Amino acid sequence: MSTKKAVKQTGRKKAATSAKVRAPVRKKPGSPISVTDEIDFMTRAWMMELEAVERYSTLADAMEEHNNPEVTELFRKLSRIEQLHADQILEEHLSKRPPVLPPGGIRWDAGEEGPETADPGELHYRMQPYHALQIALACEQRACQFFTKIARSAKNTAVRKAAREMAAEEAEHVQLVEDWLKRTPKPDPDWDHDPDPPVQSD
Amino acid sequence: MSTASVAAAPITAAAFKSAYKPIWCPGCGDYSVLSSITKAFAMLDLRPENVAVVSGIGCSSRIPAYTTCYGFHGVHGRALAAGTGLKVARPDLTVLVAGGDGDGYSIGGNHFLHACRRNVDLTYIVMDNHVYGMTKGQPSPTTEPDWESKLSPGGTGLRTFHPLVVALASGANFIARTFAGDPNGTAQIIADAIRTPGFSFVEILSPCVTLRPEQRGWKEQAHPASVATTSDPAKAARYLMTDDGFNIGVLYKGNRKPYQPPMGKGTKRVADLEAEFSI
Repeated sequence: MSTKKAVKQTGRKKAATSAKVRAPVRKKPGSPISVTDEIDFMTRAWMMELEAVERYSTLADAMEEHNNPEVTELFRKLSRIEQLHADQILEEHLSKRPPVLPPGGIRWDAGEEGPETADPGELHYRMQPYHALQIALACEQRACQFFTKIARSAKNTAVRKAAREMAAEEAEHVQLVEDWLKRTPKPDPDWDHDPDPPVQSD
Repeated sequence: MSTASVAAAPITAAAFKSAYKPIWCPGCGDYSVLSSITKAFAMLDLRPENVAVVSGIGCSSRIPAYTTCYGFHGVHGRALAAGTGLKVARPDLTVLVAGGDGDGYSIGGNHFLHACRRNVDLTYIVMDNHVYGMTKGQPSPTTEPDWESKLSPGGTGLRTFHPLVVALASGANFIARTFAGDPNGTAQIIADAIRTPGFSFVEILSPCVTLRPEQRGWKEQAHPASVATTSDPAKAARYLMTDDGFNIGVLYKGNRKPYQPPMGKGTKRVADLEAEFSI
């Protein structure tokens, strides 16, 4: 579809009384990164986890402000899990030379975000834990693909090995979130129905 | 005793975020814009006490409170007037003016023209969501003519305002468009805008997922501009006039000298100033 057509279609749409949380759009699993050695690679992996920590925390704050305690707690939990993973990377791989975040935060190729960072645009004020877990699953899958790609393409043997380990860990996380989703009630079809919608009143 | 100085730790984006949590709707693009602004400040190694964030009225205009910088949440549409006054009085400050499309292009439309024309060294960010969000969904100057709502049955039928073209014609020295869904790319463009002397205008496509849920589709529509940044206004005009509204990048960077009036001496006492306003 051409952009002009898309603009036209966007313009034609009516104001909706409720919005749908779409299945998370799959971001690219991250552009290939060129890393010099294992330390460089693990530093990027650590930064990737930290970016995810911060984003989940922001999403939790947003849901808290909108009085959605269940999803708030879930995003807080996800933030804590990513923090544990970041700490683990730091302790096991970077303890000799703790890295420092660059000013302005982490920079990824072409300005994009890290593959494990949730897209804030996927939120909805009436979303339920199931939706939040869908977002988390997409993040873990992207991270897994990202590390798998590096494990296949890196020239440095130590980097390939470290990337394989990270990919395996992320694959475990994918499995954990999938299991979590199975235990979580699916949302009702009208989960987004708001008896007092935010659009202008008559 | 050693007199060697200890190098200051690099400032982080978090240092620019206040303890106030934004009350924007979950999914709103303005969260990412806030993140981009704080990242840009950190990239430039600024300090909160040397930065002023000035806004008007609207959802996006809440942004000064969410930063640790000096902030001024001003009158509807008058953010640029306040920001201009502040910058000429305190040229040492980095002044960032922020707001939405209704505030900036409608209520503050005249200020926008003259801020571009004056070319005072400040950066103006407009979080454009093509709708008045805070007042529940009235069409704004950038709303598509056929967008229907209860307040505009059948659409407004009005041609949309093209802020980038207007900015170029009015004399803005830096013109860019970014997408809130790319916070890191947006941060780099904001940093570039602040670094560039003169009036820098950055339009940020920032979806309102509550009132315009179809804007979630912007992430598929936004694309890098197909041309390099130009300093030639004629080339920029040609490109902007055929713009599809989703070109992302720095689209114009000129060389105009910023306007800065000579600083007067602060000889008046507060009592003298008060006397001038007495009735």
